[in-house]
Amino acid sequence: MAEVTYTGGPLPVAAKGRNSVGWLGVLCLIATEACLFAYLLFSYFYIAIQRGPGWSPEPNPSLAMAGPNTLILLASSVAAWWGEGGAKGGQRTRQLLGLSLAILLGAIFLIVQVFEWKAKTFRPTDGSYGSLYFTITGFHMAHVVVGLAMLIAVTGWSWLGLFQPRRHEPVSNVVVYWHFVDAVWLAVFATFYLAPHLMW
Amino acid sequence: MTAWEDARTPRSAKVTPSSPGPRLQKIWETGPGLKGWISSVDHKEIGKRYIVTAFVFLLLGGIESLVMRLQLSGPNRTLLSPEAYNQLFTMHGVSMIFLYASPVLSGFSNFLWPLLLGSRDMAFPRLNALSYWVYLAAGLFLYAGFVVGRGPDAGWFNYVPYAAREFNPGVNIDVYALGLILLGISTTVGAANFVVTFLRLRAPGMSIDRVPILTWGTLTASVANLLAVPSVSLAFFLLWLDRQFGFHVFDAADGQPLLWQHLFWMFGHPWVYAIVLPAMGMVSDGLPTFCRRPLVGYTPVALSTVATMALGFGVWVHHMFSTGLPDISLSFFSGASLIITIPSAVAVFAWTATIWLGRPVITTAFLFFASMIVLFVIGGVSGVMTGSAPVDWQLTDTYFVVAHLHYVLIGINVFPVVGGAYYWFPKFTGRMLSERLGRWNFWTMFLGFNLGFFPMHLLGLMGMPRRIYTYSAGMGWDTTNLVVTLGAFLFAAGVGLFLINVAVSLKRGRIAPENPWDAPTLEWATASPPPPYNFAVIPTVASRHPLWEHRLNESAGRSCLDEGLLLDHGRETLGTTPLDGEPSLILEMPGDTPAPAILALGLAVLFAGAPLKAWWLAGLGGVICAGALVLWFWPRRVHADEPEAAHG
Repeated sequence: MAEVTYTGGPLPVAAKGRNSVGWLGVLCLIATEACLFAYLLFSYFYIAIQRGPGWSPEPNPSLAMAGPNTLILLASSVAAWWGEGGAKGGQRTRQLLGLSLAILLGAIFLIVQVFEWKAKTFRPTDGSYGSLYFTITGFHMAHVVVGLAMLIAVTGWSWLGLFQPRRHEPVSNVVVYWHFVDAVWLAVFATFYLAPHLMW
Repeated sequence: MTAWEDARTPRSAKVTPSSPGPRLQKIWETGPGLKGWISSVDHKEIGKRYIVTAFVFLLLGGIESLVMRLQLSGPNRTLLSPEAYNQLFTMHGVSMIFLYASPVLSGFSNFLWPLLLGSRDMAFPRLNALSYWVYLAAGLFLYAGFVVGRGPDAGWFNYVPYAAREFNPGVNIDVYALGLILLGISTTVGAANFVVTFLRLRAPGMSIDRVPILTWGTLTASVANLLAVPSVSLAFFLLWLDRQFGFHVFDAADGQPLLWQHLFWMFGHPWVYAIVLPAMGMVSDGLPTFCRRPLVGYTPVALSTVATMALGFGVWVHHMFSTGLPDISLSFFSGASLIITIPSAVAVFAWTATIWLGRPVITTAFLFFASMIVLFVIGGVSGVMTGSAPVDWQLTDTYFVVAHLHYVLIGINVFPVVGGAYYWFPKFTGRMLSERLGRWNFWTMFLGFNLGFFPMHLLGLMGMPRRIYTYSAGMGWDTTNLVVTLGAFLFAAGVGLFLINVAVSLKRGRIAPENPWDAPTLEWATASPPPPYNFAVIPTVASRHPLWEHRLNESAGRSCLDEGLLLDHGRETLGTTPLDGEPSLILEMPGDTPAPAILALGLAVLFAGAPLKAWWLAGLGGVICAGALVLWFWPRRVHADEPEAAHG
């Protein structure tokens, strides 16, 4: 009987995009982090349901800062996506511009979040609502910081010209993580800012 | 520039003694000295370190249990104070569940996976090294607290309010909380590595219906870890905030203490399956070798492995039947707990049928694997009993539960692991363990275990609660407790015989050939122990049993082991497609680097600063971590010195 050996054509070396192992690694990271936020929000809803109306010290949280800030974070995702397109197409200026814009918008989000925290009338030690509000938004801000650090690293390396055109895999991996950080914010935002208007 | 500019048609070659072995040896070899040792990312090195470290924790946990058994051997003994007893039973649980049971399986899988799958390493070798170093750091961290008398002391599942600051003001629980978060990092990165390796690093031709069952077990456990570990890490983090920063999440006045139990068991129950499914996989692969036939029911066993895990996410509340939850919840989770016996039993029937239809060769490894079936059935039946809510109300927090969980964990983890050690020792070390001593080892462990743990069922039925540091005379428990203690020491003697066998055989054991058991899978197609590059050429696989094809004739083609892809432009291995195992890329593997060890050191410093509230120390740890990450991720300039890059 015939032995089976390789007869195919050329294979990509350290492939880019979805064919790479790094991409799958980032998806694993995103899966486990998504679970982390699911457990965080579970804790919030679990205590909210057990405690019932009157638990939250702010039954109608203001959207004045959080609303526009959400749009800023989404815009940051769009900028990152546009910059990633530059990396794929070998357009270095577009790549640097898009990634830099994403960093800038992400940083603005972070600063507005600090003001949002300061504007709250309750502290984490006042009760379980405060504890969970600051823990969950704090976890998200920590992820924004990590995402920004990663964006700054790949943008810096792009400036230095350390990525050959085909070696933009780290850019795609960081950008998808950034999209994830933004998507998580939508869940956090819906939980703390939108749901209370529906719940009580 | 075209997309194919950086593509290459990999060269095939036939293996001869002079080629390509020596060349690959130079490329893959770990450097000499301490620096080489710290920098190694070889999965075989890491696997062995995992196994040895896990066994050290097994011995520590074992010694703790023996001290407890001396205290409980008769009524009103005063060997231990209640405080010391609390720390001992907590550290015993922590050591066995977290620092032995899961890491030892990671060790076997780390060593074996690339060999089973026909690859040269795991998908992320540096992450693999990180996983080990962080595990070691977390173990030392937890034991550091214990050594200075500040070990965790509220039981391994650490219920609030016992674990709240009000009732437990010392640093003990903070050590536990932070230690487990650290360990969670190790588990998570290890799990991601297994998932990606399974999807992309199998030999060409190894479609997912041809992988050994062990890889199904570890894959399933790894996916579960990715989904479940965040729950316990979060629970411990919230507890730390409650205890040290005045948060109120688990606070009865304003939060909800029961949330702790939910978060803990949403993790805890899947974790129980994560520490048995890979061990069951070891039996599914090892047992058929000694039955001289393929496993009966490969597909049902693989599918039921996954099904057990999926259902395992829906049974956590059976740990909480006595907390006053609504009846509807009890019915649902009790039902799910009974249904899970169906996929669990599939493997039992498959192993039994394999022995029945095979021609068993009785070796020590066979005895350990086969006896595991018996212990699994006993532990499974007592599990079904406690899975029923009314029975559980009677039995919860008694020695019946202690008996159940030890039958399950020792039966389905320790017995397969020791059996696996007998089976794969030649591959690990190049020498065989002694079979003569092995028989003594097996029978001492088997009898000691049953003598030590079976009577616990009776103690539980007689109403002896778990976690009591002593009991009065005249409860009717005295003799049974003495028998349990004798059994525990006999079991420990059995483990001692195993260690003696390992120590003696490492020096004087028979030299092992490539395939001493005439086994069917790829790890036996390379030298014992394997060279740093595992396989001189990437094997091509045509069936589930590449080394038994000449007997089984189960596939049209033949696997090809001595001729295949060379991949020698630096450390390279083949990436294949997730389902069919078709070649799809050439992977450039990283070289040895100290970055993972430095990162683990940084994390350890960070976590050491936290319970002491020495923020400068934590900050220093953070800086070390950042430096290690930059070193790790700095883009590599590659392909500058290729000997024969053939651009297609």
